[in-house]
Amino acid sequence: MMETPLGRVRGLGSAHHGGEDWWAMRVNSVALLGLSVWLIASLLRLPDLSQVTVAEWLRQPLSAVPMLLLLGTVFWHAKHGLREVIDDYAHDEGWRAFWLMALTFACWLGGGFAAFSVLKIAFSVGSAA
Amino acid sequence: MHRNPSRPMSPHLTIWKWGPHMLVSILHRITGAGLALVGGAVLIWWLAAAAGSAESYTTFMGWARGRIGLVFAIGLTWAFFQHALSGVRHLVMDIGAGFELKTNKGWSLATTLGALVLTAGFWVYLLFGRGA
Repeated sequence: MMETPLGRVRGLGSAHHGGEDWWAMRVNSVALLGLSVWLIASLLRLPDLSQVTVAEWLRQPLSAVPMLLLLGTVFWHAKHGLREVIDDYAHDEGWRAFWLMALTFACWLGGGFAAFSVLKIAFSVGSAA
Repeated sequence: MHRNPSRPMSPHLTIWKWGPHMLVSILHRITGAGLALVGGAVLIWWLAAAAGSAESYTTFMGWARGRIGLVFAIGLTWAFFQHALSGVRHLVMDIGAGFELKTNKGWSLATTLGALVLTAGFWVYLLFGRGA
């Protein structure tokens, strides 16, 4: 039976997930590149980094929405990037499962906390941030 | 032993030497792990402090403006630019381009130099450019 190189790696690899994770990481990386350039440019354009200035900036929908997208993208990226490191260096199956689980929990906890902070600023009323 | 210099050297267990491509490869992993662990923590702390009380933000900015904070901040911006540039290099290589020896060496060097230039430019602008 004929098999393409892509067909051969599907479901394989050290993560046992084959090509899907690989492609998702490329899509994620392109998105993250754009979003991080946006964040850096936005921060450099702020007159200062005081709490009032940052809160006023984050309250705007055109800041809060990209920031939330950035948080989802960056913690997804961190999760999958560190997963590659764990897959490479954690040789014991038990420890590998432990570190992957800890990584998943940490990324959802951190990402959730950061996203909640953005929403809290975005939905707060007035300038008393 | 005659060696054709236009051919790649096969890395053997003990016979190999450092090249820019190896440096960029391991830097991508180190900066990626650093950004995920340290950068992620700082990002959460900054947003949580901004959403919290004036006191919590003052505490964050006190650390960020201190000497340790400056070392961390400069390290993180360099790690970001290095990881971003070598990430773009990976995206180009993923489409099958840039594997010629000279091209590969050139872009490897370009990512390390580019990251240093962008980090310096970022901090010069932040500290002196807008008078913050």
